[in-house]
Amino acid sequence: MKHFLFTALFAILSIFLVGCSESEKPEEAELLISAAASLTDALEDVNSTYEEQHEGVKLTYNFGSSGKLAANIENGAPSDVFLSASSKDMNDMEDKELILDGSRENFTSNVLVLIAHKDSDSRIDSFKDIDPADVDHFAVGEPESVPVGRYTKETLENLNLWEPLQTKLVMGSDVRQVLTYVEMGNADLGVVYSSDAFVSGDVKVLAESDPEWHAPIVYPGAVVKASKHPEAAQDFLDFLTSEKGEKALQEFGFK
Amino acid sequence: MLDMDYSPLLLSLKVAAISTFFVFLAGVFIAYLLAKRDFFGKSVLEALFLLPLVLPPTVVGFGLLILFGKKGWIGSWLVEWFDFQIVFTWIGAVIASIVVSFPLMYQSAAAAFESLDERLSNAARTMGASEWRVFWSVVFPLAWPGLLAGLVLSFARGLGEFGATLMLAGYIPGKTDTIPMAIYFAVESGQMEKATFWVVIIIVFGFSLILWVNWWSKRNIRRFTRS
Repeated sequence: MKHFLFTALFAILSIFLVGCSESEKPEEAELLISAAASLTDALEDVNSTYEEQHEGVKLTYNFGSSGKLAANIENGAPSDVFLSASSKDMNDMEDKELILDGSRENFTSNVLVLIAHKDSDSRIDSFKDIDPADVDHFAVGEPESVPVGRYTKETLENLNLWEPLQTKLVMGSDVRQVLTYVEMGNADLGVVYSSDAFVSGDVKVLAESDPEWHAPIVYPGAVVKASKHPEAAQDFLDFLTSEKGEKALQEFGFK
Repeated sequence: MLDMDYSPLLLSLKVAAISTFFVFLAGVFIAYLLAKRDFFGKSVLEALFLLPLVLPPTVVGFGLLILFGKKGWIGSWLVEWFDFQIVFTWIGAVIASIVVSFPLMYQSAAAAFESLDERLSNAARTMGASEWRVFWSVVFPLAWPGLLAGLVLSFARGLGEFGATLMLAGYIPGKTDTIPMAIYFAVESGQMEKATFWVVIIIVFGFSLILWVNWWSKRNIRRFTRS
């Protein structure tokens, strides 16, 4: 029995060793990219084109909410690039000196859109046209905890619609839930990011918000200080801000 | 005391009480009907009843949305005929709560009925008692400790229901914000004082309920065994 245990232990250890030595081959860089969940579809699309053009670079994504990813990186989770959906989380990282100086850049942005179910006969074509008396249920993100909810509240307050809509507001625990409420036809109207509306086949976009109505929704990216491949990481970030990368993201509803 | 809105407490109690009422009736009725009876497919039927107990609440919530949503099978029918919407109302919370707490009631009731001595019911029948009378005078009183346990568990489960409720009833402050909902959104937005307040309330509530049932059933079992 003891003999068996030693053999097993040895086998497991040698697997680890092989794993380690492989990832340290100099030409091949595996980039670990911690990215906000809303970027999922767009980045997976970028993946193959980028890997084709940059031989030896392999992209591995870790999607999650920006706040959680930032916490992971702070606690030492391996990561080369951080793509955040909120400036706040990136500011925190910057304050804690977890990102490489000068690498921070806003690589894309989003706008709010007013959506309805695809079968809806709503004729609204601007946020200003929303008539609270005509709405049964209006789906928004919970403004205290969900970023999209905060932007929505700012917008509706700007248009003096937040108060009149108060009793009609159904608050989702994240942007996907807001989308689901509208997709299944339970809420007449909802407000999500344009990139979320883009990936759903069951909703139609009635109107876009005016950037003046809310704080800018920008996505900052940066190279993580602890990165083992800072140059390859910077290359990837440069690609995202290049014309090509911009176009790739725009195809998924980003601006 | 903190300056805040106490409506989640009242709403939670209302939802849990109404759902427990229906769950108790249905659970007792169905369990009695199925107890001591064996037929093809009984295990399948029972597994179906207990399913909400093991499914993630979001799955239950999704299923309920498909049934009761505005465009759902039952929901669209209700809207068309009665102009009555279940989604995003406190009735949605009641339905979610019924579905998730029914298994607890059913299981307690089934166990209570199955452990009864059939000879007692038969003795009553030989003395000419109707089935109705047998149930109320013999079966129900003997099964009561088990039924009460199921009742309390269902109530507690209804009080704590969150996942399916959020999907079906949504979070509408002042309308569908039960205690668990208030806790979730308070934590998410960093209002720890508010969250702690509701957490303490729900713990005290759940704890006293269970304590009371345990005390009650112990006392009664002693009484039963003594006589």
